[in-house]
Amino acid sequence: MNSLAAAPELAPVAPQTAVPPASPELTHPRPWLVVGTLLQREFVRFIRQRHRVFGALGQPLIFLILFGAGLHGSFRNPLVATEHTYFEYFFPGTLILILLFTAIFATISIIEDRREGFLQSVLVAPAPRWTIALGKMLGTGSLAVSQVILFMIIAPLVGIPFDLLGWAGAVAVMAVIALALTGLGFMLAWSMDSAQGYHAIMNVALIPMWLLSGAFFPASGATGWMRAIMLGNPLTYGTAAVRHMLYLNNPAMTAGLPSLAVSLAVTTLFAAAAFAGAVWITGVHFKKHQ
Amino acid sequence: MTTSHCDDSTTFPISVEGLCHKYEDRIALTNVSFTVGSGELFGIVGPNGGGKTTTFKILTTLLRPTGGRASVWGLDVVGQRDQVRHLIGVVFQSPALDIKLTVRENLLHHGHLYGLAGRDLKARIDGCLDRLSLTDRSRDLVEKLSGGLRRRVELAKALMSRPQVLLMDEPTAGLDPGARDAFWNLINRMRTETGMTVVHTTHHLEEAELCDRIAAFDRGQLVGLDSPAKLRAEIAGEVVTLRGSDLSAIDEHLRQKLGAATQLAGDCVRVLTSDGHAFAAKAREVLGGILDSISIARPSLADVFRQRSGHDFAGESEGLEAKE
Repeated sequence: MNSLAAAPELAPVAPQTAVPPASPELTHPRPWLVVGTLLQREFVRFIRQRHRVFGALGQPLIFLILFGAGLHGSFRNPLVATEHTYFEYFFPGTLILILLFTAIFATISIIEDRREGFLQSVLVAPAPRWTIALGKMLGTGSLAVSQVILFMIIAPLVGIPFDLLGWAGAVAVMAVIALALTGLGFMLAWSMDSAQGYHAIMNVALIPMWLLSGAFFPASGATGWMRAIMLGNPLTYGTAAVRHMLYLNNPAMTAGLPSLAVSLAVTTLFAAAAFAGAVWITGVHFKKHQ
Repeated sequence: MTTSHCDDSTTFPISVEGLCHKYEDRIALTNVSFTVGSGELFGIVGPNGGGKTTTFKILTTLLRPTGGRASVWGLDVVGQRDQVRHLIGVVFQSPALDIKLTVRENLLHHGHLYGLAGRDLKARIDGCLDRLSLTDRSRDLVEKLSGGLRRRVELAKALMSRPQVLLMDEPTAGLDPGARDAFWNLINRMRTETGMTVVHTTHHLEEAELCDRIAAFDRGQLVGLDSPAKLRAEIAGEVVTLRGSDLSAIDEHLRQKLGAATQLAGDCVRVLTSDGHAFAAKAREVLGGILDSISIARPSLADVFRQRSGHDFAGESEGLEAKE
């Protein structure tokens, strides 16, 4: 055991065979190039994994059909005087669900990617950490929005008329929601060691967050404590903003919802906080995670 | 004792001083110091759980050490990690390629991370593909490539930013012996062409033998630091290895009748002695029928490790988690 203690003293200094590099050929980090490349990678990967399209679009479509048909007779929106079907009520909720699923499927891959994948190289590259979070958020966000636009084609079928301004506004709001949900998923995935842990969080937190966002049933009809939870849920304001946009010309349909201004403000804050959290967690990882 | 390194640390590609690291539940590194010279092929050697991967993570700026200091060409891996990242090329043990992308796409994205773009990037990619004989596979999806080819793509990626120091964590893990030889031939060719310094971790002693110098780790401590030849030369004499069906009987006979300092390993008994042939002759007399085979060899790195750490190199460090 003596040799253990003595080992550092035995340590010969490395031979100095060469002078240090005069001035290492420094490449200049270009943050936006990094964001762009990570965004592009998300798209290419998505296109090459076709099953992900089914995962993100198929399940919401099935939900829409099943719940729409199942709750058709029993649903009545307490605050909206105009008669409308559950299909119509649930449709904006389905759009939010597509955003949520796309964010989940895209961020769950971070867990593997960071330990045994491409993200390892990103972490030792001279690119600022915020570019990783933003690249992922913008890439996944654009994917989610493209899918939502596809899905909106069927909106007139459930009774939501086409309106250029309203629909464009709805897409813009959903882009912000997509960023928020991806940022949230990014934070979760980054702090997890296994996909199982993420699945657990998905089931106990993310899906309920969607269920209690006014996507599935209106807060106005819920009991007191439930309504309080729903009003504390940031996604409630995203869902409300989408409804406001889709019914820009028919305010009666959005009676009882938080106002458009409040909804937009909370949704923007939600996205900003999720981005900040995603950037923050990449730094925590360096400090203490192995 | 290590302060002398401090003053001229700027002249070393890698300088590590009193490095310590503690995970929440265990100590991974204890007061480790070494330097790596320019152009060296340097091996961080040790059994799993010895501290190799922790050292690798600290040197690649992925982990902040809980004590001590490490630098790359004088730049601190914590305080100046962005500059350090410009100087290092990294090959990870687990694959760091996107298998859904082609070889060229992987290199393209990687180049962007380093701020490379346009014609310069294209020229570098073509150059790397050519040097690593990957040009005709550049349009293949990585998921279609063999393990050996994937490793070559990893290397191409690491070399694209023209690093001063190439850091590799068990780069040949999972490769068959042929692919492993090919990999090291390639590394040596790159070293000759570029003069870059190469530091890698390994638990293969054959790979340690290829290094200019090695740092041998055991249970988070440095137990040897020198060229493989010098380390081996420290052990005078020869190693006699004896095998038979009843190892404990062999061990006992040698101890009692010959007074030998034996080491009972998993499948043999070893004795370090000044004259191997003389000892072998005596052992044959004493052991008779219970001895199946006997061999005499010069001390190997495994013997050096055993001498310095007090246990076998093969397998894991006892009492530590196998995987870091």
